[in-house]
Amino acid sequence: MTAAVFFGCAFIAFGPALALYIFTIATEPLRVIFLIIGAFFWLVSLLFSSLFWFMARAITDNKDGPIQKYLLILGVLVSVLIQEMFRFVYYKLLKKASEGLKTINPDETAPSMRLLAYVSGLGFGIMSGVFAFVNTLSDSLGPGTVGIHGDSPQFFLNSAFMTLVIILLHVFWGIIFFDGCEKKKWSALLVVLLTHLLVSALTFISPHYGINLVSTYLIMVLMGIWAFFVAGGSCRSLKLCLLCQDKDFLLFNQRSR
Amino acid sequence: MLTFMASDSEEEVCDERTSLMSAESPPPRCCQEARQGLEDRESAAQWRSQDSEEDLDEDADRYMCSGVPGQPSGLEEELTLKYGAKHVIMLFVPVTLCMVVVVATIKSVRFYTEKNGQLIYTPFTEDTPSVGQRLLNSVLNTLIMISVIVAMTIFLVVLYKYRCYKFIHGWLIMSSLMLLFLFTYIYLGEVLKTYNVAMDYPTLFLTVWNFGAVGMVCIHWKGPLVLQQAYLIMISALMALVFIKYLPEWSAWVILGAISVYDLVAVLCPKGPLRMLVETAQERNEPIFPALIYSSAMVWTVGMAKLDPSSQGALQLPYDPEMEEDSYDSFGEPSYPEVFEPPLPGYPGDELEEEEERGVKLGLGDFIFYSVLVGKAAATGSGDWNTTLACFVAILIGLCLTLLLLAVFKKALPALPISITFGLIFYFSTDNLVRPFMDTLASHQLYI
Repeated sequence: MTAAVFFGCAFIAFGPALALYIFTIATEPLRVIFLIIGAFFWLVSLLFSSLFWFMARAITDNKDGPIQKYLLILGVLVSVLIQEMFRFVYYKLLKKASEGLKTINPDETAPSMRLLAYVSGLGFGIMSGVFAFVNTLSDSLGPGTVGIHGDSPQFFLNSAFMTLVIILLHVFWGIIFFDGCEKKKWSALLVVLLTHLLVSALTFISPHYGINLVSTYLIMVLMGIWAFFVAGGSCRSLKLCLLCQDKDFLLFNQRSR
Repeated sequence: MLTFMASDSEEEVCDERTSLMSAESPPPRCCQEARQGLEDRESAAQWRSQDSEEDLDEDADRYMCSGVPGQPSGLEEELTLKYGAKHVIMLFVPVTLCMVVVVATIKSVRFYTEKNGQLIYTPFTEDTPSVGQRLLNSVLNTLIMISVIVAMTIFLVVLYKYRCYKFIHGWLIMSSLMLLFLFTYIYLGEVLKTYNVAMDYPTLFLTVWNFGAVGMVCIHWKGPLVLQQAYLIMISALMALVFIKYLPEWSAWVILGAISVYDLVAVLCPKGPLRMLVETAQERNEPIFPALIYSSAMVWTVGMAKLDPSSQGALQLPYDPEMEEDSYDSFGEPSYPEVFEPPLPGYPGDELEEEEERGVKLGLGDFIFYSVLVGKAAATGSGDWNTTLACFVAILIGLCLTLLLLAVFKKALPALPISITFGLIFYFSTDNLVRPFMDTLASHQLYI
């Protein structure tokens, strides 16, 4: 397909994540390190999920037929569980690390848990999106016609938008999850897990992109709003920010109103 | 000896155009000797001691040092940790760049994935019908390669012990000459072939000559730090590409594993050649080979010319502030850091102020082997990017952990074992477990 498809889909899927990285993470070395460690944790969770699926397949002796489809669905659901488990493990690790940093460097401000929640969510999201989409992207540079056998010709666009929503969802889930852990609100964790399962389950109806994408984006908007309030935002601060009247922000940037 | 090893293998590259090169083996090391250096020399003038710190830090190939100015231990720990994250990023960036260059070349230029013979150091072929025979051949290849490396390392330690500096120095220059000119020429030729771009010989000559000459100057003498770093990254990438081309598949993986083990042994065992080299260098207060270490260090010296006898008389004149990098004119003679004069001249009574920003140094062999691992993952995976990315992340995490261990243990540590182990684990598991899973998910358009 064309270079336009490649670049278009690449920027749709990874543009916001890249912008978030450049503007919020790239300047601070500690954040970059936590991002990469987050990506690593997601990778390890994927490894365990693949191992589970592989063993399940080996147990059923690789028979073809509907059993493979059920195994795949089971694999997806177990994978979601394992990912959230690793998010919890990463939370525990970060908690220990920030306590350690605080005792050693009492003067220097260690990153706050909220910031680490955001960074870890972004790490998970970037890794998840990249693993899901990069092979498809590289195929889009090669020759071919999309949908020649009756499949949807919007395959690449759909995948790109799905990748984008997954990345953003991971960011929001990270924030909500860590906040739930901090305040010991286990219901938040449960909601994160359930929405993740829901989003993955929605992709099972895959050729019907309309329902799939629209509902996933709805969930993302809801999660985004929840994460915004969890992270300390409020309607008032949003209004001040949009009208460029936020004093703290202006003072920080030394701009006049 | 690490440096010796590297120069030796490069020299062999030079020698045998047809019979090809040996593996680079210099195992990496992290070291932190600044503190010791300073404690030894506290009476000397500050810049002089800083100089010797530099000397000590300028260790052999694959040394990773986080220099910390001599301070009481608690403060030192804080400083180490405070600089820790920045140092990690200072190493992430060049390692990432090297890997990106190697992967981009592997994915686009066919030459480096074609089989065109093998190195003389891996004589056993892998084109055998049975799996057992192939495994045996690769193990034999590895044994030969590693024993060659061990022999060369010991030879170089002996050379160093008997102070054959000129020999070593000349060897190094020969090696980098060959790398900068011959391999660049071949690489450029292949890239031009791939993109079907014509280039006439005069232009080619001019390009390669300029590239090589500036490279020699930057690496062996003085040059802007960024340029030196860029050249070191480029020659590491070139070496890694040659290894990826000429090492047969299974042998490459076994060699990577064996090199990590050798590295661990050579650096941590009391009789290990690398450890002996470092100790000898420490006893003599000499730098080893700056040409084969990637350095992100910048030395700023703000102060009066008290330290620099040559500018004693010129105190009245304003000097341009200069940022100077660690550089050495010739082996064993560290060049004195140029003085960074304050803009107000004529304050002869002013106290010396020195600001030093210590960077981290990582030997080029580390770059090479990391890139070989990622490049092999990119070359042999069936066009799969997931494997390459997984190895990339694994290596970065290994590097992070190694730096953390360095901060905790504060002694020489090898940089290869953890990263290569992670890289190997993730390569094999991603290729065999994750790839089928992700492919099946992608074909059904499922997202996890």
